[in-house]
Amino acid sequence: MDNGNKLFKIKGKAWKIEREGKLIDDIDTDMIYHNKYLHIVDKKEMARYAFSNLDGWKNFPELADSDGILIVGENFGCGSSRQHAVDCFISLGIKAIIGKSFGAIYKRNAINSGLAIFECRDIDKADIRTGDEIEIDIKTGNILKNGKRVARAKPMSKIQLDIYKAGNLFEYAKKMEKSFMP
Amino acid sequence: MTIIEKIFKNHSKDKIEVGKTIWLDIDVRTARDFGGAQVVKNLLENYDENYIEDAKKTFFTFDCNAPANTIGYANNQQVCRKFARRHGIRLYDVDAGIGSHVLMEEGIIHAGLTAVGTDSHYNIVGAVGAFGQGMGDVDIAFIFKTGKTWFDVPPTIKVNFIGIPEEKWTAKDLALFTVKNLKGHVLGKAIEFYGDVIDSLSLDGRITLASMVTEMGGIIGFIPPSKEVINWMEIVSNKKIKPIYADKDANYEKEMDIDVASLEPMVALPGNPANVKPVRELQDTKVDSVFIGSCTNGRFEDMKMAADILKGKKVHDGVMLKIVPSTRKVWEKMLKSGIAEQLFEAGAIISNAGCGGCAAGQIGMTGEEEVQVSTANRNFKGKQGLGNTYLASPATAAMSALNGYIGGW
Ligand code: SF4
Repeated sequence: MDNGNKLFKIKGKAWKIEREGKLIDDIDTDMIYHNKYLHIVDKKEMARYAFSNLDGWKNFPELADSDGILIVGENFGCGSSRQHAVDCFISLGIKAIIGKSFGAIYKRNAINSGLAIFECRDIDKADIRTGDEIEIDIKTGNILKNGKRVARAKPMSKIQLDIYKAGNLFEYAKKMEKSFMP
Repeated sequence: MTIIEKIFKNHSKDKIEVGKTIWLDIDVRTARDFGGAQVVKNLLENYDENYIEDAKKTFFTFDCNAPANTIGYANNQQVCRKFARRHGIRLYDVDAGIGSHVLMEEGIIHAGLTAVGTDSHYNIVGAVGAFGQGMGDVDIAFIFKTGKTWFDVPPTIKVNFIGIPEEKWTAKDLALFTVKNLKGHVLGKAIEFYGDVIDSLSLDGRITLASMVTEMGGIIGFIPPSKEVINWMEIVSNKKIKPIYADKDANYEKEMDIDVASLEPMVALPGNPANVKPVRELQDTKVDSVFIGSCTNGRFEDMKMAADILKGKKVHDGVMLKIVPSTRKVWEKMLKSGIAEQLFEAGAIISNAGCGGCAAGQIGMTGEEEVQVSTANRNFKGKQGLGNTYLASPATAAMSALNGYIGGW
C-alpha cells in the first residue's frame, strides 16, 4: 500500500502520561507491556495490555480507544527490545508519541512499525492538557493546538519519513530498488 | 575516527558521518526464544520466499525461558526450531546458555564484527570490541532477509577512568558506579572506555561492564581489547583477530573523567539501576533471596568469586540462594573445578545455563515485599516478580546470602 499521500499532519487527542502533574520519566518496556504477556503474537490482543504495569495507568486501554497522541517524559521505552511495547499502542489506535527522549531500541521499533514518534525537549512546558485536540506537522515538527504552535519537535529524519510513508519497514523494503535487496 | 565509525566504515558503502543514516552490513544475525517466533512470523507474512540472506550468518539461541516453562514459550521455541531446520539455520537450543555469551565463546562474534539480536543487551559484545545492538523483531526479520539495516551514526563519548581503586572492588561495582555517573549523559551515544582500571579487567569483567551500557542509556560501550582478550578470541575463533582501535585524532562529542580511586562495593536500589549507593549505607537491609547469574554476572569468574566466599560455610537460615551459569561451558567449568560442589554444599540451588532469574521468572519470582539481591542488570518494578530487587556484585550477593543482610563486608 502506498501511503505517499498520507496527510502530513497527525491529529489526535493528547494523553499526558503523568503522575502528580509531572510527565513520568524512565517508563521501561516492562511498565508499557509486562513480560507476562510476551507469548502473545496476535497484535490486536496486545492492545489490552498497554501500560499494564504502570502504576496509575493500568486501565489506559479502556480509556483510550483510538486517536490518541501520547505525551511522555524522558527515556521512554528504555529496557528490553520487545516490539510488543510498540505494537500494543498501534493496536490501540495511538497515532503518535511525543516524548522528551526515548530509549534507542524503542525509537527504532516505533519507526520500523510505522508509529510516528517525535522528540521534543520542551514538551512538558507546552500548553497542552490531556484531552486537548492537537496536531503534529510531521515535516516541520510543529505541534499545534487550535491552529497555534505550542511546541516544536525534531522533524522526522529522511529514513523515518520514508518508512512512515510506506507504512512500515517491510513495505518500505519492497519499494526499494532491486540493487539493495538480495 | 572513533571505534564505531571505523567498524561502520568497514561495513557500509555510505559515508560515515555522525548523525547521518547509513546502511550497515550485519555479520551475525540472531534471534532468541524471546522475539524469535515473531521474527519468523514477520518473515512468513511479508515475504514469499528467500527468507534468509545468508543462513551461515544467521542463528537462533534459546536462553530466555530455557527449558520452556510456559506453553507460550514452548510453542515459540518450536516455531523457531522448525523454521531453522527448514532453512539450514544453526540453532543453539535450551541447553546452551545466553545467546550473546555463547556466540562469543564459539568465536562467532569477535572484535571488529557487527552483530544483532532480539535482546536489549546485545551491545554486550562491546566487551570484545565488536559492534552489537539489540533490536525488535521487525528489525531482526528485515536483517535476516536482507543482511542489512539502517542505522544513525551516533556520536561517541570518551570515558576515562582515573585511578585504581584500592580494595574489594569488582567489575560490577565499577559498572554500577558508571551507570550512576553516566545516566542522562549518554542516551543514544556510543561510549569508549579507557583507563588503568579498564586495562586491568579480565574478559569476564569486561562483559560485566559492557552489559550495563544499556542501563546507562548508551548505544554501545567499547572496551578496546587487551592482549589477553585477543589471545582468547584467536583461540576460540581459530582466526587471526585484528581489533579495531580509535584513531589518535578521533572526534569525540565529549570526554568525561570518572574518578574511581575510592570505588567501593556498590548496590542499586530497587526500581532503578541508576540509583546506586555504597553497600555500607544499606547494611541493615534484611535479605530473603539472592540470585547470582545473568549476562552481567554469570561467568566463571563470578561463580568463583561467590564460591570463594561461601566455601565451607552455609547460607543464612531462611535465605534462598539461586545460581544460574550463563552458558553450558561455564557450568562445565564449575562442575570440573569443584566450584559447583562448594556452592551446592553451602546451600545454593544451581540451575541449568541461561538467563534464569533475570527473565520470565525462571528459577523463581519474588513475592510481595521479598527482598532480593541480584547480580543482574535491571531491577525495574515487576521485572522479577513483586519483590524489591537490589543489584550488586557476586561478592556482595554471596556475602548477603551468608549474613542474611545486604553486604556484611
Ligand atoms: S540475562 Fe537478562 S538482561 Fe541478560 S540477556 Fe538474559 S534476559 Fe536479557
